[in-house]
Amino acid sequence: MKLELQGITKRFPGVVANEGVDLVVEPGEIHALLGENGAGKTTLMNVLYGLYRPDEGEILLDGRSVTFHDPGDAIAAGIGMVHQHFMLVPVFTVTENVMLGAESTRGFGGLLDVADARRRIVEVSERHGLRVDPDALVEDLPVGVRQRVEIIKALYRRSDVLILDEPTAVLTPQEGEELFAIMRSLARSGTSIIFITHKLNEVLQVADRITVLRRGRVAGTTTPGTTSREQLAAMMVGRSVQLQVDKAPSEPAGTVLEIKGLVVCDDRDHVAVDGLDLTVHAGEIACIAGVQGNGQTELVEAVTGLRPVSAGTVTLDGRPITAHPRRVFEAGCAHVPEDRLEDGLVPGFTIADNLVLNSYYLAPYATGLRLERHAILQRAREQVAQYDVRTPSVFNDVANLSGGNQQKVIVAREFSRPIRLLVAAQPTRGLDVGSIEYIHRRIVEKRDEGTAVLIVSTELDEVLALADRIAVMYQGRIVAILDPAEATPERLGLLMGGARPEEGLDPEAQEIAAAAASAG
Amino acid sequence: MTAAATTVGAGSAGLRRQQLFGFVYLALAAIIAVAFGAATEPGATSSFELNAPRVAVQLPPLVVPSAPTAYALAGLCAFLGAVQLTRGFGARNAVVLGAVVLLFIAGFLVWAASTRSMNLVGVLQGTLQRATPITFAALAGVLCERAGVVNIAIEGMLLTGAFVAAVAASATGSPWIGIIAAVVVGALLAALLAVLSIRYRVDQIIAGTVINIFAIGMTSFLSARVLQRRPELNNPDRLGPIQIPLLSDIPVVGPIVFNNNVFVYAMFVLVVLIHVALFKTRWGLRVRAVGEHPKAADTVGIDVLRTRYQNVILGGMLAGVGGAFLVLGSTGRFDREMTAGRGFIGLAAMIFGGWAPVGSFFASLVFGFADSLQARLSILNVPIPSELLLMVPYVVTILVVAGLVGRARAPAADGRPYEKE
Repeated sequence: MKLELQGITKRFPGVVANEGVDLVVEPGEIHALLGENGAGKTTLMNVLYGLYRPDEGEILLDGRSVTFHDPGDAIAAGIGMVHQHFMLVPVFTVTENVMLGAESTRGFGGLLDVADARRRIVEVSERHGLRVDPDALVEDLPVGVRQRVEIIKALYRRSDVLILDEPTAVLTPQEGEELFAIMRSLARSGTSIIFITHKLNEVLQVADRITVLRRGRVAGTTTPGTTSREQLAAMMVGRSVQLQVDKAPSEPAGTVLEIKGLVVCDDRDHVAVDGLDLTVHAGEIACIAGVQGNGQTELVEAVTGLRPVSAGTVTLDGRPITAHPRRVFEAGCAHVPEDRLEDGLVPGFTIADNLVLNSYYLAPYATGLRLERHAILQRAREQVAQYDVRTPSVFNDVANLSGGNQQKVIVAREFSRPIRLLVAAQPTRGLDVGSIEYIHRRIVEKRDEGTAVLIVSTELDEVLALADRIAVMYQGRIVAILDPAEATPERLGLLMGGARPEEGLDPEAQEIAAAAASAG
Repeated sequence: MTAAATTVGAGSAGLRRQQLFGFVYLALAAIIAVAFGAATEPGATSSFELNAPRVAVQLPPLVVPSAPTAYALAGLCAFLGAVQLTRGFGARNAVVLGAVVLLFIAGFLVWAASTRSMNLVGVLQGTLQRATPITFAALAGVLCERAGVVNIAIEGMLLTGAFVAAVAASATGSPWIGIIAAVVVGALLAALLAVLSIRYRVDQIIAGTVINIFAIGMTSFLSARVLQRRPELNNPDRLGPIQIPLLSDIPVVGPIVFNNNVFVYAMFVLVVLIHVALFKTRWGLRVRAVGEHPKAADTVGIDVLRTRYQNVILGGMLAGVGGAFLVLGSTGRFDREMTAGRGFIGLAAMIFGGWAPVGSFFASLVFGFADSLQARLSILNVPIPSELLLMVPYVVTILVVAGLVGRARAPAADGRPYEKE
């Protein structure tokens, strides 16, 4: 089916999310929609999927104008969407999830015909090579398989146009490859695919055509053969960007953070960190690479005192740090948390108040029970200027700042004191390229001052750009430690997916791998 | 070792709970032995009457020696505690917990009936009667919460339903019109809750509390102002028991199950009907999806808000029936605050029953049993102050809810308003 969007404009109070966007997707084409976070990609797709009504513009399917009032209309017209955050009910089986909204029934009263639905699911999954157990509970499935379920869900409804919203964000590079193979096979059988992403490599690898969005408008349309990473990045950002981080070789000194035999449980009392050992030295950046959900979150929470430790020790400069965030803070540990609005900031507080969240009780911000507003405000004004937080004043709520500026507030608070250890989880998630550059530079500065830095990231590009040492985490353990010089994305991807480290790794990693192998 | 480490690690967090339960079981065993076994006179027997009045087949009473029986029960309970401490029961934890509760109750009954005779059939008949309003409340809760709306206004809906049923049935002379009126009023209160919590996204607990306070105030006021002066408005015909031929002649079971009023039979039908509807039909699948992940439901074209309105109002209707039962199927008159927390106990039964109709029904029976026992014991002159006995159903509620906190799994979007972007 040929899909055309003509002059789509969508306004939200105070923001124009899409302005006069034109997009043509030919039958059987993989069309990449590239843009930074906030460029309007998701809004555009939600318009196409009937979740939003466009203020102006038209959607044409095979040349006929259509109007979607809700997703039901879009589905009926043959449009399927795989959302970035999966729209699956965890406690339902695969079959129940796939059939939901398009149920097979028999008899009277709408009795579900599960057998019929299961048969059709097996049919779809065999035709397109999407292996899945129709009776498995979705919550028991790994993310890669959940994504397959989402794709089956769309194909089950006979979609001719498939929208994939940031589909690789949660996948290992290998799972990504599998997904690309599926996409190509679907395209060959005539399905049009819209592939939303901000990753340049993937676009060049899989797309037939590329449309770049910038600030809600089309910045240009091109093909992989006639463009390059640098050109695409410049189109996305509107200026030329530095894709590499400038940094000198690290000069590691003494051990700062030492983790031994750490065992941490997640919220459901399952073991998430499973006997993990790791040391981080002063003046080096250690990056933990891994697919989301392999215990990184729990590791960071344990190290920063937010989550109780079931077994093992964590020491900072030789002193044990226990499950007490303030003690960890006072021992000189800074923390840039994974979810900035949940754990990093109080959204309804002003910038000034957020900047003293960890030190409000210390002089000069407090005397006895009284807060010293003057000192707090003066300090806030200095930091806002120093860390380039774009805001009208320090009295604004952080909830109203952009993601990049929110992250700068956290960085300002955490970096502007002498620290021994910096723990940063997904420090650039959801930020624009400009902010990413800025945050990376600050982290490298901290390292050069002699701070031990521990970064957790699921973005391979970030790991490869920042790390002096890469630790790959899989199922709660460090399965390999690599020098970035010898770490290729392919090799990292294999390790992140649970492959055994081969010969030629450094001895420490081999030892760990051997231990894991003999134990497993 | 990965697997071994996993179980060891999981144990360290899960261990304390497992041990805690083991110790509780052992403590209960000790109580059964000391308070129920040793406290009976030596050689005394406990006698349980198994016949309802006026039945064809008469059974001999069940007579057991008090102290040895109590000790045997204590021994069983201690065994379960010991196994719990050492090995644990894994997935069967809930069943074992239920078994321990039954052992404890059995021990208590042996003690209470020592040197006396207790009519077991009477207690069980009372159980079903007293479980009925709780079950209706629990079913109302299941319908609302499965769609993602927390409804703590069920208490108020029961109370208002009871009041309206009394007045409407008295005024028209037809209990059936009383029931219909209660259903309509339950639906109206539910619609109010729905508009507040779904449309205006008021905190659902606060909206429910407001409705409860309104219901208590309004019915108390009208009861004092109207029913006191015109007692003929509080004198409805009751719906009496209907004996089902043949089935009601089965010993023990017959008089308990097949000699009830229309509310109880309706309850049986509704429990099964709603259970099947929720878990086997398209409607149920969609309702559950809305309660678990409304956005996912929305993206496949299901109208989340409509589903929620519909379920909350259906729930209100059921709560209305439950209220009507309190007057038309039970006491025969409206009294101020006569629900006495049954709406909340119904919510506890819903949680205990895992948000499923059949489970909620059996949980309601547990509460009904506690209530019925309490009534029976106060007649038997058991040496416990009646004030303490009146606490029994509520104590059971607290224990059950406390024991289940953190284990029962509510619908994921329960209590969370849904907002389209």
